[in-house]
Amino acid sequence: MTEFFTAQWEALPSWMQTVLVSTLQIGILLLVLILAVAYYTYAERRVIGAMQGRMGPNRVGPWGLLQPFADVIKLLLKEIIFPTNANRFLFIIAPILSIAPAFAAWAVIPFEDGMVIADINAGLLYLLALTSLSVYGVILAGWASNSKYALLGAMRSAAQIVSYEIAMGFALVGVLMAAGSLNLNDIVLRQEGSIMHWFWLPLFPLFIVYLVSGVAETNRAPFDVPEGESEIVAGFHVEYSGTGFAVFFLAEYANMILISALTALFFFGGYLGPFQGVPGLEDTFLGEDSILWFGLKTAFFMFCFLWFRATFPRYRYDQIMRLGWKVFIPVTIVWIVVLGGLILGEVGPWFSGEW
Amino acid sequence: MRFLRSYAKSLLLWELLLGMRLTLRHFFSPKVTIRYPEEKTPKSPRYRGMLVLRRYPSGEERCIACKLCEAVCPALAITIDSEMREDGTRRTTRYDIDAFKCIYCGFCEEACPVDAIVASRFTEFHFEERGQQIMTKDVMLAMGDKLEPQIAADRAIENQYR
Repeated sequence: MTEFFTAQWEALPSWMQTVLVSTLQIGILLLVLILAVAYYTYAERRVIGAMQGRMGPNRVGPWGLLQPFADVIKLLLKEIIFPTNANRFLFIIAPILSIAPAFAAWAVIPFEDGMVIADINAGLLYLLALTSLSVYGVILAGWASNSKYALLGAMRSAAQIVSYEIAMGFALVGVLMAAGSLNLNDIVLRQEGSIMHWFWLPLFPLFIVYLVSGVAETNRAPFDVPEGESEIVAGFHVEYSGTGFAVFFLAEYANMILISALTALFFFGGYLGPFQGVPGLEDTFLGEDSILWFGLKTAFFMFCFLWFRATFPRYRYDQIMRLGWKVFIPVTIVWIVVLGGLILGEVGPWFSGEW
Repeated sequence: MRFLRSYAKSLLLWELLLGMRLTLRHFFSPKVTIRYPEEKTPKSPRYRGMLVLRRYPSGEERCIACKLCEAVCPALAITIDSEMREDGTRRTTRYDIDAFKCIYCGFCEEACPVDAIVASRFTEFHFEERGQQIMTKDVMLAMGDKLEPQIAADRAIENQYR
């Protein structure tokens, strides 16, 4: 039986083998991602509930664990309403445009050494390009809805994402300088050594800027003016119901998971174990590099997103712009200069040695 | 100097970290939620829920159709008709309370000279069809029989203060 399948497999042309393997990998990744998104919404409600002294959903299934499925089924069964004079084509394509980049960006994320779907050398560039794309979905949704609230939300979102994209890009330039590579696997391996070798220490201001810009990029509280419900109902997705709304929801949470994963990769050593270089623990399973460390680090930043939302009130719009243009961009530029000095001076343990 | 300090503070996100510490503390604090059908909040003996009619221990209904409750009811929710029974006492033939009109003020209970109409602790009732909100004498007497132990206990506590 096995021989039969091996023979069949080898009979296939090599390009088809690649296509099949990649498709399988993508399928598995998507399944895991969508499940993660579903349970992220559940976790959000539980965590924010706990921080407000409540319990959150605990009725559907044991501890409310089936709540995400109840929500999804409800949303999928609801009617999709097209507003009068809405541009149908753009109206339908907008949610797809916002979710596709959020998933596509995962192609270059290394989950473990070499465990990556597309190990391309311009990984960082690819990420920058794809995370910028998600704003198109938002703008198109706002414009195609033929609703003033949706349009206002889309314009706010566009201005905000464009502003924070710059600070985010500069923070990544810092990472690029420190790692000397655009390949994400190389960036992680450059941080090898111990906790002190990870980039969060030499790039600390950039790490903060990156995390906060990430929150702003994903339109999350306290930067969620694009959907500011007290002023413009629900912002760009007012007119979406049922599946369209569900897809926007999915995209927002997938983006949050993506930003968390990227923060873990760029500044906290990705899949590197935190006990490297610690005598005694180094040789046990705790010192090993594994996907578990990557998951743990990502989960921590995902928790931070919820934590921020439960803690901070919404920023005023002009303050958002001030923070982006007058604080973050100068901070990143100054730190890139400092970083240049550190690299020139070969300050250890990050920039000394065979680097 | 003060300017510098506030500048450094805002750059280090000091206030924001304080806020996050607060929410994290609440994250681990005990929750105040009551899981309703399984858990219920305690109710006072003075609680005014569904109105019911009581009987004497002998089984004789208490109500003597004096119509004081009907007169005092601010929402005009009570309708009473009466007759003379064969033994010569005055009794109600009809005692309806419109549950949609009732405002649960408890005046009827206060007005009643024989403790016949009382507000019970019972609140978990609903109506499925129009017309059911008119609670008839039979319904209220049946509910009174069912809730009698609780009602009697509540009256015993309350009598200390009367």
